[in-house]
Amino acid sequence: MLVLSGIVVVIAGFAARINALSVIVVAALLTGLATGLNIVEVIAALGKAFNDSRYISVVWLILPAIGLLERAGLQERARALIAGLRSATTGRLLTLYFALRQITAALGLTSLGGQAQMVRPLIAPMAEAAAESRLGPLPDDWRQRIRAQAAAVDNIALFFGEDIFIAIGSILLIVGFLAGSGVRVAPLALALWAIPSALAAALIHGIRLRRFDRRLSLALSVPRVLTGAPE
Amino acid sequence: MIGLGSVYLVAGLMFAGFAFASAGDRANVKRWGNAAFWGLFALSFLLGDRLGDLANGVLVIVMVLIAGLGGLGQGRPPTTDAGRRRASSERLGARLLVPALAIPLVTLVGVLGLTRLRVGGAPLIDGGHATLVSLTLGAVVAVALGTLLLRQPPGAAAQEGRRLMDTVGWAALLPQMLASLGAVFALAGVGPVIGELAGGLAIGGPYASVAAYCLGMALFTMIMGNAFAAFPVMTAGIGLPLVVQANGGDPVAMSAIGMLSGFCGTLMTPMAANFNLVPAALLELRDRHAVIKAQIPTALALLAFNIALMAAVVYR
Repeated sequence: MLVLSGIVVVIAGFAARINALSVIVVAALLTGLATGLNIVEVIAALGKAFNDSRYISVVWLILPAIGLLERAGLQERARALIAGLRSATTGRLLTLYFALRQITAALGLTSLGGQAQMVRPLIAPMAEAAAESRLGPLPDDWRQRIRAQAAAVDNIALFFGEDIFIAIGSILLIVGFLAGSGVRVAPLALALWAIPSALAAALIHGIRLRRFDRRLSLALSVPRVLTGAPE
Repeated sequence: MIGLGSVYLVAGLMFAGFAFASAGDRANVKRWGNAAFWGLFALSFLLGDRLGDLANGVLVIVMVLIAGLGGLGQGRPPTTDAGRRRASSERLGARLLVPALAIPLVTLVGVLGLTRLRVGGAPLIDGGHATLVSLTLGAVVAVALGTLLLRQPPGAAAQEGRRLMDTVGWAALLPQMLASLGAVFALAGVGPVIGELAGGLAIGGPYASVAAYCLGMALFTMIMGNAFAAFPVMTAGIGLPLVVQANGGDPVAMSAIGMLSGFCGTLMTPMAANFNLVPAALLELRDRHAVIKAQIPTALALLAFNIALMAAVVYR
């Protein structure tokens, strides 16, 4: 039971909003000590785990390219593209991106999106511009909410799209685990069971985005009616 | 063969560039903290395999100490202001989108095409790491295109990269640290203990077992930060003994829908830092948990849907 002390530290530390990196290191050290390793062995185990996990941080290699394009005006270009479309709303634009992201992920093309590659440079500025061109200047709290919605769309569409692709990691993990338990299963049989949840995700999130649109235009157009400013 | 080693070399050089540029940034009062933090990250990428486990562990702890004691500041690299960006955007027009779209395109072509290329009988790139190699290639091509096609100054990419890196700050290390914690948990056998606990708590009929398995997947995923770590534990602890063996459920539908229940948990936890906390930093949101809050209603509705779906199909 002592090995669960790390989990307790993580939950308490995150709840108390202590610096997350420090919480993780303390949790890792405690968990290691609880298994009977000495402090030097625990630090070495953490070091090995960190070194083996470097591939996760390779994603930051994208930042110089994104920053360079922002310097040249990419976000302004993305805004201008959307400002020219009269029928574009924040909700409709994000719904379209949701559909594209989910369909490409289902085909195994998970790299055609992402928070650093697509959301920050293109999708978030477009979603903001769609609101601005219809409803005027955005108050800061709504700008923040729109950005959070853009990030959420990328995640949800990815998670509930990729599992339809038969060669994705989670499907292969299930096949391997079940084989170890004596159950033979074809990846396709698993992938088919991902389709109902994928459709449900699209429906549920589509409805939420429509409601977000309504709340957005309500919040931003009421003050203008009250002040009598022209549309 | 181009593999993980080349990718780490490029990453190490990039972080070394950030470290040197940070050291020279007099506008940042904490410039030495930034330089040390990114410098140690560069060291890890360039020499991590030769340092040995203990030295790597000390490196991690020093990086975390720098971050935990508030040693990182926000660098102020030279960049363009809003007016110049608008002017540049109008001048360059659609050309601006070329390098932006080159990133996913090169990655895609790399993953699908380059893995088949062979030079002198050996594969050109390491098939096991095709995505990382292709992503690196996409980033390098985009920087080259951006510098040449859009006529940006040669050093701008490094400075602009540092600007965004400092915006993310120490949160950049979170995904890798959480994966390391997961590895330590695995080493200590945390999973089986949780699985036994959950299996002991979950007793009941066919539908209660389904609910216990799906909720267990979501909850344990929230603790571990990823569904892959939760799946073997919960399936061995609740899924196979209760849903399949005691009540005769179909293991295929159960596993597939169980994994998706775990994904609902991923949407609701700060432990899935790369999906939930890093975007909040990248988009400069004041509330670190704003992305999670935007996802929770969809995640809960989908979790309910998955429980109902599994209950409806697993015993047919």
